[in-house]
Amino acid sequence: MKKVYFKGIALPYFLLLPQIIITGLFFFWPAAQAVRQSFLREDAFGLSSQFVGFENFTDVLSDPTWLDAAFRTLLFSSSVAILALGAALFLAVQADKHIRGADTYKTLLIWPYAVAPAIAAVLWLFMFHPNIGIFGRMLNALGVPWDYKLNGDQAMLLIIFAAAWKQVSYNFIFFLAGLQSIPKAVLEAAAIDGAGPMRRFWTVVFPLLSPTAFFLMVVNLVYAFFDTFGIIHSLTQGGPGKATETLIYRVYTDGVMNLNFGSSAAQSVILMILVIVLTMVQFRYVERKVHY
Amino acid sequence: MGTSLDVNALADRTRRRQRREAFVTHACLALGVLIFAFPIYLTIIGSTHDVNTIGRGDVPLLPGGEAAANYAQAWGVGGGRFMGVPAGVMLFNSVIMAMCVAVGKIAISLTSAYAVVFFRFPFRMMFFWLIFITLMLPVEVRIIPTIQVMVDLNMTNSYQGLIIPLIASATATLLFRQFFLTIPDEYVEAAKIDGAGPIRFFIDVILPLSRTNVAALFVILFIYGWNQYLWPLLIVNDRSMETVVVGLTKMIGSGDSQNEWNVIMATAVLALLPPVAVVVLMQRWFVKGLTETEK
Repeated sequence: MKKVYFKGIALPYFLLLPQIIITGLFFFWPAAQAVRQSFLREDAFGLSSQFVGFENFTDVLSDPTWLDAAFRTLLFSSSVAILALGAALFLAVQADKHIRGADTYKTLLIWPYAVAPAIAAVLWLFMFHPNIGIFGRMLNALGVPWDYKLNGDQAMLLIIFAAAWKQVSYNFIFFLAGLQSIPKAVLEAAAIDGAGPMRRFWTVVFPLLSPTAFFLMVVNLVYAFFDTFGIIHSLTQGGPGKATETLIYRVYTDGVMNLNFGSSAAQSVILMILVIVLTMVQFRYVERKVHY
Repeated sequence: MGTSLDVNALADRTRRRQRREAFVTHACLALGVLIFAFPIYLTIIGSTHDVNTIGRGDVPLLPGGEAAANYAQAWGVGGGRFMGVPAGVMLFNSVIMAMCVAVGKIAISLTSAYAVVFFRFPFRMMFFWLIFITLMLPVEVRIIPTIQVMVDLNMTNSYQGLIIPLIASATATLLFRQFFLTIPDEYVEAAKIDGAGPIRFFIDVILPLSRTNVAALFVILFIYGWNQYLWPLLIVNDRSMETVVVGLTKMIGSGDSQNEWNVIMATAVLALLPPVAVVVLMQRWFVKGLTETEK
């Protein structure tokens, strides 16, 4: 901690002012409104609203279609996280070896970070469109009736792959940094003790990498919950039916499309609680890692 | 003699094994690279063919001769069966948005972190926590009331509306705070002895010291701004204000086979190029920025 400061009261407030105004106007005020609206219900004409207590929440939580969406979100997010983490760890372990061209491989694996989730979805659409996509046509030619616009499971599969594809490079960067920070002496000691490559990986590398993996797990779940809105919106619009409607997508359709403010606000508040929990878990981990 | 032969044979075997292992590693990495590069390759190839080739499903794997025409149409006219927005306009909007978001976030985070670290004033930590908590309030959980604020302030369909609400930044403020805390007290003492005030100190000492952090953050935040989806979708319905990521998916609509796929693919390539170029050209800063801001 610092012991020497500049004098002055007005200047620091002035320096903080822009950030405080923006967070107040566009973050805290709307968040407070969301909480307020979640306890209100508007009449059919939107003319008046009345306090309904927790009714919006109980309605949401007992709505089977919302529970379906929650389950779907869980399935989607965990699939994305596992796929993206697994692929990234595998590639990072390979790229960490002493081979020629390692830097070129790294560059070629890092760039997808720059691709927007919605653009990733579009690229996957180009491949898996049933009529114009190379793999979509191939599947149909092989006798697999492939059309993600009609088949819900196929739609879900497609958004999972598009979402995971985009996230691998991010995880790869962190796993590689984690691998490079493992002291080589530890690995050499294990090798001298007769541990083979697989054994070295599972008993030395993996435990030392687990804090990184845990951190990435949380980041990937947050990504799959929130940042994949663009993927779903551009690829399936939540359909066919509701087959790819995640919780975030539902907040959007209920609020923006169906103008059901009370329910949308209640759903928002539930998600807000979820983000707060995830963020706290993430920062607890950072604190613990300092002592690690 | 016998032992030296054995050693040679062992060395030979080891070398063979190492070669085999290196081959497997190369094969795995090459496969990974292929999985990431192939969709882009396919899109680039698609953008060089005419609309009928793609529309009837002859997915080509080699470039065609329509590149100039497709890119000219994408850039100047746009595609889509309804009214198109030229990619030139959308790219301009994206560049403005990404640049202003990145610069704005860095500027206000620098000043806020400076205030919190180098001054003592009432409610100092409360303000810091207020900024920190915004991490927990992504747009997605406050959609409707935020749109309401934007409408009340008459900020929809404007660059201000696209940019200003996004420039609050908890992560950038946290990063700069961490960095400022490592600056030795002696610097401040020396500045005071030399008669330099806080503004002078900020400009002459803090800004130059922060250069690498600023460069690293710029890469991350430029991409963050470029890749925004939900926010522009909510705030902009005047199509001349469209950013390219949102505009591209609007061109696709529900994905009809009759779409002008050649123009759409050319637009996709144009939408990809700037952020990918930034990451590849500034790779060193980018990796540093990413691994340091997120920890």
